[in-house]
Amino acid sequence: MANKYVGQRIKRTEDPRLIKGLAHYVDDIRLPDTLHVAFVRSLYAHARINGIDASEALKASGVVAVYTGKDVAKVGPVPCASALPGLKVPDYRVLAQDKVFFVGHPIAAVVATDAYSARDAIDLVVVDYEDLPPVVDVEEAAKGGTIIHEDFGDNIAYKLTAGEGDIDAALAGADKVIKQRIVHQRLAPIAMEGRGVLARYFPGEEELTVWSSTQIPHLLRTQLALMIGIPENKLRVITPEVGGAFGSKLNVYAEEALLGWISIKLGKPVKWIEGRRENIQATIHGRGQVGYVEIGCKNDGTITGLRYNVFADLGAYHQLLTPAIPTLTGLMLSGAYKIPAIQINITGCFTNKMATDAYRGAGRPEATYVVERAMDLVAAELGIDPAELRRRNFPAAAEFPFHTATGLDYDSGNYEAALNKAQEMIGYAKLRDEQKKAREEGRLLGIGISTYVEICALGPSQAMPAGGWESATVRIEPTGKVTVLTGASPHGQGQETSFAQIAADELGVDLNDVTVIHGDTGIVQYGIGTFGSRATAVGGTAVLIAIQKLKEKANKIAAHMLKTDAASLAFEGGRYSRQAVAAATTGVSEPVVPVGEAPAGALPQPETEGKSSLTIQDIALAAHLAKELPPDTEPGLSATYFFEPKNFTFPFGTHIVVVEVERETGDVKFLRYVAVDDCGKVINPMLVDGQIQGGIVQSIGQALYEEVVYDDQGQLVTGSLMDYAIPRATHVPWLELDRTETPSPVNPLGVKGVGEAGTIGATPAIVGAIVDAMSPFGVRHLDMPVKPEALWRIINQ
Amino acid sequence: MQKAISVSVNGVSHQHDVEPRLLLVHYLRDVLGLTGTHIGCETSLCGACTILLDGQAVKSCTMLAVQADGAEVTTIEGLVKDGKLHPMQEGFWERHGLQCGYCTPGMIIAATQIIDRNANPSREEIRHGLEGNLCRCTGYQHIVEAVEYAAKKRSA
Repeated sequence: MANKYVGQRIKRTEDPRLIKGLAHYVDDIRLPDTLHVAFVRSLYAHARINGIDASEALKASGVVAVYTGKDVAKVGPVPCASALPGLKVPDYRVLAQDKVFFVGHPIAAVVATDAYSARDAIDLVVVDYEDLPPVVDVEEAAKGGTIIHEDFGDNIAYKLTAGEGDIDAALAGADKVIKQRIVHQRLAPIAMEGRGVLARYFPGEEELTVWSSTQIPHLLRTQLALMIGIPENKLRVITPEVGGAFGSKLNVYAEEALLGWISIKLGKPVKWIEGRRENIQATIHGRGQVGYVEIGCKNDGTITGLRYNVFADLGAYHQLLTPAIPTLTGLMLSGAYKIPAIQINITGCFTNKMATDAYRGAGRPEATYVVERAMDLVAAELGIDPAELRRRNFPAAAEFPFHTATGLDYDSGNYEAALNKAQEMIGYAKLRDEQKKAREEGRLLGIGISTYVEICALGPSQAMPAGGWESATVRIEPTGKVTVLTGASPHGQGQETSFAQIAADELGVDLNDVTVIHGDTGIVQYGIGTFGSRATAVGGTAVLIAIQKLKEKANKIAAHMLKTDAASLAFEGGRYSRQAVAAATTGVSEPVVPVGEAPAGALPQPETEGKSSLTIQDIALAAHLAKELPPDTEPGLSATYFFEPKNFTFPFGTHIVVVEVERETGDVKFLRYVAVDDCGKVINPMLVDGQIQGGIVQSIGQALYEEVVYDDQGQLVTGSLMDYAIPRATHVPWLELDRTETPSPVNPLGVKGVGEAGTIGATPAIVGAIVDAMSPFGVRHLDMPVKPEALWRIINQ
Repeated sequence: MQKAISVSVNGVSHQHDVEPRLLLVHYLRDVLGLTGTHIGCETSLCGACTILLDGQAVKSCTMLAVQADGAEVTTIEGLVKDGKLHPMQEGFWERHGLQCGYCTPGMIIAATQIIDRNANPSREEIRHGLEGNLCRCTGYQHIVEAVEYAAKKRSA
């Protein structure tokens, strides 16, 4: 493959429509006679519903219908795909039945002729609540008391122990064992576009089309078909432009099924656009763990073992992957280190809150935070420099594939190279001297470091609830234009561009001749979707291999047309040439000529007479006309491939952060932020930088600002962006990025994935820097979000 | 009750009878069909709905359509002139200033005002000027570079 595009900083092909305001998100799609839906949602965390009176609402202007729990009894429950042993799965109906279990729990759907009327009418629906004591704190939930789902007898959804090695012996044999309670606060993903659904049923054709802002159009189609009871081949899910997701749209939500059901019921298009308050109440949250880490070490800094006992705050119900997220934490507890014994003990608990589920990183940021905080604690206890301590525990580059005591085999890595590079960039040795000087002046300067590894390219199907492969179809149209259909469902990551880069290089065509189509189950073969930093590593590989398959056929057709044998042809610059000719022209490969439009009315005829070479686009036309094909050759030129990865991939890197805490205010100021990330081979460095930057800034949010707060009555206190603080442009330092490039052996592209790296690597480095700044006060750990008030109190205690 | 309003949007004048409570952003999106202006928060915090009203960047989700009576509005759809991108749109494309694109129209509109007021803003001034606009994807760095690109391009 000649790399004209792969590895280059190529501007995104999806951008023109977005920067002109001409793209279509769900709410931008307008169908005639659309009805609008608004939801009555629970005001209480835990209550019995003694009655619902919708009579006034039904009289209101514009109101067409009001549906409550009893109307939708036949709609199947919101699905959970996790299959853990002994898992308790509550019956999660699409509208509340006789009880509500969290603030925002949908109780009734009001349908009206316009969105304002629907919104007005929800205030007219009278719900008779009998409030019940709420279960808010996760550790209290585990103890019993009020039982949320009474049939289960307790609030424990599951318990799971995992890990390899004799952890008791490892900790007993350590010179020191350090313990720390660690809180991973609940976060709201806050995609700038909330969720939204438009459903249209054609009663004649018995076909339902659902437009939804989702990451998983095909999985959603399968699940909605089961929930609504419509044949899957009569249901089409279309994912138009998606305004961010970060895992929050890797799900199947009650509203998606309800809108489909209502459209069937009323025979009209229906639309629901989630408001921001609904979004914080009723779209999944991330994180939500309280854990206790024990780490054993020798006096020379060698780590002997790590145990993590964690209470996972699952919320009231399981969404698609809720119980699985803490198990990902367990998988990544070896971090970037050789740790001979590791154990995780998970207690997954029900609470009267919205479900937690996958939010950017999904269980891995928690693991990295635990391990990196623990390494800092060891470094402080032993008086070893935190960078040096990490270096001593790295597996060497020659030790890969590296087996961890969590049962994984890290594909490839060179952790020390990334650490060295980051230390050089920031001038680490000098920085420690500066810090010493600053401290003498009474300044609170801190340096934080994180050497992370993450698990990406999810994943082998054995380890995934719904298949871990990804699909691609590549076809060359009669006019020579290339169409790529990917089962991945990008929503900001830029794969319309990066997949086109892969395809254009592999086919030797112009980038502008390639169109990448995704997110429409009516057009694209079944796919899994975009999440878990998988789209390029798994879906991009599917594109590559589909093209290789397509080229096998093209090669045979070319040989037939050029009256030679396939093995004698060389492919270069989009052209099959006889070897001798190719050899003569090697080095001056013919320029790729963009394909012109076909003349109106008739297709051009490929001319082969006297030719010694043919472009792949000539061959595509010949394959469609099918007049000159070798015997037993199917007409057309397209190929489909479903790529099943043999392993996950394991990107890694080092982040080093310098902060200063203001003594007067407790405010944290970033002085430097250096990140060296290794995501394997890079398709488009500009897009990779964008992913890293965005991820780091979400981490800054978690470290300093963000927290979903429920009060002791289970009321959501941070219910709007007035109270839930995500970083603004002024909150963020200049990020100095570089990378190392260690190819993954798991896929032929050598890529590892990058979507979550920033969110996984950054948080412990930031908190570590603040802890380091505060260490003159004896501080060794702080809980997130680290607010100025907490620091000010320590400074002024 | 309906109230007659007259608004010029992207150089085209419109007359409509609207409900007094109709938000300007809904007027633009639902009455005029200009769906490039987005809604992200309902509380005037995210800036996805930013437009220019008589040359000032304002959040159209916390303003009523009737308050725009007699005003000149520019939305994202109005930035392309004679088929050419505005330097700010070009900057966002060149510098990868967008990922999902949802905040982008409001962000671009707000950013045009930064360079209208200050032809050569510092990075700190750019960040300050973007404080009213939230982006969850980019981490802002490429947006800052996009604004720098546009400022440079325009003063070149």
